[in-house]
Amino acid sequence: MTALVLGLREIPAQRLDLSPLVPDRLAGASAAEIERVELQTTRERVCVGDLFRVRMGDVQRIHFEGGHNRFDRVGCGMSVGEIHIEGDVGCQAGRLMNGGKLVIAGDAGPWAASGMKKGLVEIGGNAGERLGGPLAGETTGMRGGVVIVRKNAGARAGDRLRRGTIVVEGDAAAYAGSRMIAGTLMVGGRAEILPGYLMSRGTIVLAGKSDVLSPTFVDCGVHELLSNTLMAAFIRPYSPALAAFVRRPLRRLMGDMAGIGKGEILCPPA
Amino acid sequence: MPQLNANGIRIDDTFAEAFPMRATAVIITASTARWARQAAQTMTGFATSVIGCGCEAGIDCEIAPEETPDGRPGVRVLLFAVSTTELQKQLQNRVGQCVLTSPGSACYSGLDADETLKLGNALRFFGDGWQISKRFGDRRYWRVPVMDGEFVCEATAGLTKEAVGGGNLILMGAGAQSTLAAAEAAVTAIAAVPDVIVPFPGGIARSGSKVGSKYKGAVASTNDAYCPTLKGSGKSELDGDIGSVLEIVIDGLTPEAVATAMRAGIAAIVALGPERGALRIGAGNYGGKLGPHHFHLKDLLP
Repeated sequence: MTALVLGLREIPAQRLDLSPLVPDRLAGASAAEIERVELQTTRERVCVGDLFRVRMGDVQRIHFEGGHNRFDRVGCGMSVGEIHIEGDVGCQAGRLMNGGKLVIAGDAGPWAASGMKKGLVEIGGNAGERLGGPLAGETTGMRGGVVIVRKNAGARAGDRLRRGTIVVEGDAAAYAGSRMIAGTLMVGGRAEILPGYLMSRGTIVLAGKSDVLSPTFVDCGVHELLSNTLMAAFIRPYSPALAAFVRRPLRRLMGDMAGIGKGEILCPPA
Repeated sequence: MPQLNANGIRIDDTFAEAFPMRATAVIITASTARWARQAAQTMTGFATSVIGCGCEAGIDCEIAPEETPDGRPGVRVLLFAVSTTELQKQLQNRVGQCVLTSPGSACYSGLDADETLKLGNALRFFGDGWQISKRFGDRRYWRVPVMDGEFVCEATAGLTKEAVGGGNLILMGAGAQSTLAAAEAAVTAIAAVPDVIVPFPGGIARSGSKVGSKYKGAVASTNDAYCPTLKGSGKSELDGDIGSVLEIVIDGLTPEAVATAMRAGIAAIVALGPERGALRIGAGNYGGKLGPHHFHLKDLLP
């Protein structure tokens, strides 16, 4: 059975909450029922049928033909199935995901994969700030699953990461892995100032250079860590280049000593 | 006892009586196959019988680097015990004392099962606070700093309650040399069967036991009915031409694995023939009243 296709008719006039359009919540719904689902975030009512051409199919696979940075909370809370978006999305894409697969061909706004517990988020373009991070008032960010960003990530990627793996193949803006509790953050390109700022535990892999590394990380020497072999085997299907990188001998910096200092940054020896 | 015949070897029409056991499996890797084997051999030393060792353990097979979790040479070890509590204790102590201490070693679960035992979750405390937990997908590992780098250990190992202990073959021959040759052939054949171990030295026991003793406090004593030097005692099960007896005890993760191993062992003994090997094959049982698994020799003939 083919996927449920939602073809974008026009650019939305307001920010939209697309969290109702996940396989979990559409199970058993007819095309007419889907068209009546409300997406507005203002007083002006916007239904799915107003904005999208609905081609009915298997609701376990939802395909958006076209995206926009006003599409907020795409795939929010999904636990099964797949969502593909041909374009950009707004904030909180994949927030609180508990399974399934979310593929965004374009850019994602801030707080993508925020509080995610399980599943896979793949962002073909750039990710906004606080990738996987917590919203205000929350104590932990991402708690599991895998996030892949093919281009660059905004500031504080992996903020308060609790568990799971985030791979940024491009550059990471300032404070990547800030306040990390555990988990793994990998950056293929350059990291701007102070990666791992106040991290408690967890692993940050920096394949490229960092603008400024905090002096509160202490050098533990160059090592060929066996655990990196396991890490490489796990991420190889998602990012072969970074998988190859972590197989090399890497310098281990322990920190952030401004906190409890049980985290680590793994970077090239030189 | 009624007997069958295969290639001139007398086969007792009897059965091996085996018991349910708890079992787990771990994969030990190291930088070379030699050091993986060393850790596995050390861990499975003094693990011949639950009677006195707490568990029965042995090497199931060697694993090629491309099939181990970390891409290094590995060895799969099986452990069997009579209770989950005892198995947990034995696993923790043996991996902690024999694998953690072995240069370059790492240890992973070798059995996928719904129930688990603590592996790294128990050993991580050796790290004294410096241990690091890493989760990749559904698998969680502990990295424990040690003097040659890090000891990597999976958090848990699979537990099965469907395991079987006490599958056995009793080999009876004219002399010690020919009987040992038959036993060695059987052990070699059984080594190729997955999911089983033969826990005694080299896979062979020369001191088969019976339950109980005339002495208070001894739970097992020599199987006098199969001792050739006691043939005249009146209780002997041995024929006049039998001068040496050896036993092969088999533990398996499933009853099917034990049956396959016994079948492979019998086939090897039969193929060797009575001139160079055993004259007779029997099996140990308790009249069928104690163990639920009965492996009849007549069903396992080649």
